[in-house]
Amino acid sequence: MHTESINDKKLSLTLVDAIVFKHNVQPGAVIPVLQEIQEEYGYIPPAAIQRIANHLGVFSSDIYGMVTFYAQFRLQPPGKNVIKVCHGTACHLGGAERLTEAISQHIGTTEGRTSKDGQFTLERVACLGCCSLAPCVTVNGEIHGRLNPESVGKVVNKLKEEKTANVE
Amino acid sequence: MKRVDDKSWVIKVGLASCGIAAGGSRVFGVFKSKLEGKDLDVELKPVGCIGMCYREVLVEVSSLKGRVFYGQVTPERVERIIDQHIIGGQPVAEWTVPQEEIDSFMSRQKRIVLRNCGIINPESIEDYLDSGGYMALHKALTKTPLDVIDEITRSGLRGRGGAGFATGVKWLMTRKAAGSPKYVICNADEGDPGAFMDRSVLESDPHSVLEGMLIAGHAIGATEGILYVRAEYPLAIQRLEKALEQAREKGFIGNEILGCDFDFNISIRQGAGAFVCGEETALIMSIEGKRGMPRLRPPFPSVSGLWGRPTNINNVETFANVPWIIANGAGAYAAYGTDKSKGTKVFALAGSIARGGLIEVPMGISIREIVNEIGGGTASGTAFKAVQLGGPSGGVIPASMSDIPVDYESINKTGAIVGSGGMIVMDEKACMVDVAKFFLNFTQDESCGKCTFCRLGTRRMLEILEKITGGEGSEADIATLEELAAEIRKSSLCGLGQNAPNPILTTLKYFRDEYMEHITARKCPAKKCQALITYIIEAEKCPGCGLCIRYCPVNAISGNKKEPHTIDPDICIRCGLCNSICRKGAVIAV
Repeated sequence: MHTESINDKKLSLTLVDAIVFKHNVQPGAVIPVLQEIQEEYGYIPPAAIQRIANHLGVFSSDIYGMVTFYAQFRLQPPGKNVIKVCHGTACHLGGAERLTEAISQHIGTTEGRTSKDGQFTLERVACLGCCSLAPCVTVNGEIHGRLNPESVGKVVNKLKEEKTANVE
Repeated sequence: MKRVDDKSWVIKVGLASCGIAAGGSRVFGVFKSKLEGKDLDVELKPVGCIGMCYREVLVEVSSLKGRVFYGQVTPERVERIIDQHIIGGQPVAEWTVPQEEIDSFMSRQKRIVLRNCGIINPESIEDYLDSGGYMALHKALTKTPLDVIDEITRSGLRGRGGAGFATGVKWLMTRKAAGSPKYVICNADEGDPGAFMDRSVLESDPHSVLEGMLIAGHAIGATEGILYVRAEYPLAIQRLEKALEQAREKGFIGNEILGCDFDFNISIRQGAGAFVCGEETALIMSIEGKRGMPRLRPPFPSVSGLWGRPTNINNVETFANVPWIIANGAGAYAAYGTDKSKGTKVFALAGSIARGGLIEVPMGISIREIVNEIGGGTASGTAFKAVQLGGPSGGVIPASMSDIPVDYESINKTGAIVGSGGMIVMDEKACMVDVAKFFLNFTQDESCGKCTFCRLGTRRMLEILEKITGGEGSEADIATLEELAAEIRKSSLCGLGQNAPNPILTTLKYFRDEYMEHITARKCPAKKCQALITYIIEAEKCPGCGLCIRYCPVNAISGNKKEPHTIDPDICIRCGLCNSICRKGAVIAV
């Protein structure tokens, strides 16, 4: 997962080219290509959309249509830490909304947004499949379960402390 | 496998996603470091999902003398387990899972799909081979494809992804279809909220799924297999990649498999977060690099699927059943289950349940047995109100009907569906209108937008439910809901739309009173719907600790330290944080 800051990574068209060529410039490989680009940059930069479209001989609107159809893809760079709150059935019944509310307070941003300092992005995910540990969240890909509004605060504060430690 | 004498021990740590989330990796690490340098004959083994998720982190300690399970193991507890149990020979009784509890959880189960889960190391092909793995492939390759298909047909196996279509019939259709190459696709896009069967199988026993796909490949004459896995399951993907590499090395995947005239390759494709891609034609669109929108059937994928070629799509659990059926025979499988629903079914038991986890039961068992006997009743100890089966395509079944058998026909009659196997238990705290709203919110969000009634109809139904839970509903709304439900069902192309009204229809059928309570009395009996409740602080219980004041996002709570606090209902947004946070239970909804 993205532990290092990817916000300010410059788009390298050579890299985009390499990814497209790795998949043999096949139109069928749009999803894996986009996934690899997002893995690299944390989101899909608009210039990459144009570049992929040129290579594959399709309209950039076709690629844009793919990016917006599939929930995995982002068009905005995420914060340094990505928190995803599970909204599966068990988590919903277990208080996922309250968890979201509590996290929002701790990180100073709301669902679907990134905090002003670029540290946190708060997202929702349909179901992580860890229903026995409901309610749960992932922080940078790592699952934390059996949370409540208070314990999730500890998880977030730990991330904040790590940030402070790094600065020092 | 190492030779075992009565002084040797095996320690297994459950390291599927749930186990890891509960801290399993740290427990494993501490075991490893504490065992190092000690002259003990211990094999420390990472395993997948043991099933008793409610007890995570689970550790099994066994020797020839028997085995013991430790539940809720923390890194701090490891040392004493080693000292007292491994070295001293005395289990740490207060941390073990009582035998009666294991018996009541396990005795009604029959593990076919989960036969290796929690037992073998999912990252070791040797472990899989030691447990009889790939023997079914050997056996299948000595048979003609039609004999293999016949065996699957006679077993009565039906698609475990939810639709319950006969697997043997599907295989035969693809076998007979003209065109080549043919494809085998494993649908591991487990998207139902509240379902984790496929994730657990892939994380705990990936080779069983690969073996099932290989057997299917031989049976239908395919040369290529594709595993379409949800991107939200990174651990499953990682373990599958490892399993694929090992199977290729051993010659189970590739050309001239096991010296036979059979070439078969398997690759992995990651989903990109679209629930509708669980529908087979949408899944194919997605692999072809398009937006995952279902198309009209026929032609069915068995005739014209991926790249217009005959394609056989089965779910993870279906494939995991296949090696067992080939190894043990159709008769052995058909001995379990009911007349029309043979074999076993895996369920992800979650929600308000004392013993939630991954269970596999013979078809025909009653809901009551699952909830009360295996699951130990609700987590809160109060009576259970209903179970939700089949996720957003399914429905709720009230506790009063819990004696009905779990098989495709009986469940369909209730208005719910067996579905892929998510079973969410709900107690009195669950509001049925809110549950319906939750699922509609999900389906309207996940509708691909192709069919108007699914795209707009689900949105309109959600708006009506929002109106009702917001205290502005009228009786006419219920009629509109029923009318819309009928139209959406009639006018949608795929299962997502056709089944989208099920959560509303079943809650209306069994819990109409609850809807009426919201509409006429403007009350939510379960105290869940924000617009219909008020939070108050019970002065006699409030110690005045100030915790709720700190957490309230809108500063609606006031009060001096060590004096009872009060909530200003005009400022309160009913988020319920104070209710969750209060350690004394002083904040209540009225």
